[in-house]
Amino acid sequence: MNRLGELERAVMDVLWARNEPMTVREVGKALAERDLAHTTVMTVLDRLAKKKVVDRAREGRAWRYRPAASRENYVSELMFDALGQTVDRDAALAAFVQSMDGQEAEALRRALAENEQPRN
Amino acid sequence: MVSAALLTLVAVSCLVAMEALHRAKWPSRGPYTAVIAWQALGLAWGVSTIGALLAYGLSSYELGAAGGTMAMFTDLVTGEFLLAEFSQGLEGIGHLAAVALALTLTLVLFSGLVASFVQVVRVRRRHHDLLELVASDHPDVPGARVVDHPAAAAYCLPGVLRSQVVISAGALEVLDNRELAAVLAHEHAHLRQRHDLVLLPFSSLKRAFPRVRLVRTYYESVALLIEMCADDQARRKSTSRELAMALLRFGAAGPAPVPAGAMAAVHQAEPAVMRRVNRLLRPDDELPYHAGAIIMGASAFLLATVTCLWHIPV
Repeated sequence: MNRLGELERAVMDVLWARNEPMTVREVGKALAERDLAHTTVMTVLDRLAKKKVVDRAREGRAWRYRPAASRENYVSELMFDALGQTVDRDAALAAFVQSMDGQEAEALRRALAENEQPRN
Repeated sequence: MVSAALLTLVAVSCLVAMEALHRAKWPSRGPYTAVIAWQALGLAWGVSTIGALLAYGLSSYELGAAGGTMAMFTDLVTGEFLLAEFSQGLEGIGHLAAVALALTLTLVLFSGLVASFVQVVRVRRRHHDLLELVASDHPDVPGARVVDHPAAAAYCLPGVLRSQVVISAGALEVLDNRELAAVLAHEHAHLRQRHDLVLLPFSSLKRAFPRVRLVRTYYESVALLIEMCADDQARRKSTSRELAMALLRFGAAGPAPVPAGAMAAVHQAEPAVMRRVNRLLRPDDELPYHAGAIIMGASAFLLATVTCLWHIPV
């Protein structure tokens, strides 16, 4: 992963850990061990805002940033893409097995039981 | 008019051939050949249908579909084409309607392809952005990102510079190491051979004609063949059995059975996954070399014929 991607991730982890909107300075302070320049943190937050994964609101002269959704929500969104395979998304990624309904899954469970050998 | 009639014949034959290909048993023995046959038939159908309409609509020029289109565009600027056709009465109106239909069909097919592509790129970018934030690397699966979610999922996210294979924690849970390797080989085959681009025209057709059931059925047929292609690639490194077991474990990790009676009356077709599993566990002979060569040759001949018919001036 590139450095910027890794920073974005670290910043998101900070934002997710706190339950309140944070300023650039506060995020920088939370990542003090990385010794980041103020502008670097600002750039990263700006990129995250453009990707619509953080929301920002002005408070006085500074922007305050907070995650647009929780980490669990983003994981669900990814899995929805992967498993949901809704009409307009099916060409975007190729799932190993498309989502199935209960009957189909049941048929596969039976086939699995028939074919499975005891693993030792 | 001869070229219009012949192009119509080709277009209808393509539809018949597609239905035959959809029902045929041999494609699972030679999925690569079958995918090429699908592409050739699809392309030939579109080009011959548009060509037939143009050849009929522009028959006054006696230049054929290709030459007639060129002539029409020059005349459209001066308005001569419209005037000449209107002066012919009912037949002229028929010609104009055919040309309008041909242009509409071209536009629908082309814009469908572009819209699909844009949509796909957008979904992928968003998906990639989110992966960067929540996926992690895992020592057991080098070259793949892991998403911490209990459902079993494995997929690839194609991209020009940043293709990725993603696997869920739930999938790691149900697979053993050999099966996991088979799954990863399958996904890497998709990425290496750009299967997403092969499927794109078919999925954009599906988007352009969402109500047409046949388009959907054929799309699923091609999608299944592409999965079989990737299965065949994965089989070079893993055994068929490992791959089949991986498929079954994924499927079995799916949703709980529906309550008895809820859907009992509906007869379910064999799930596509089961066809892949059976193919792996009880393999048929591969499609013989000469049969593949004949199908490839016929596909090339078909496209060459359509091209020639576009240029016949009568």
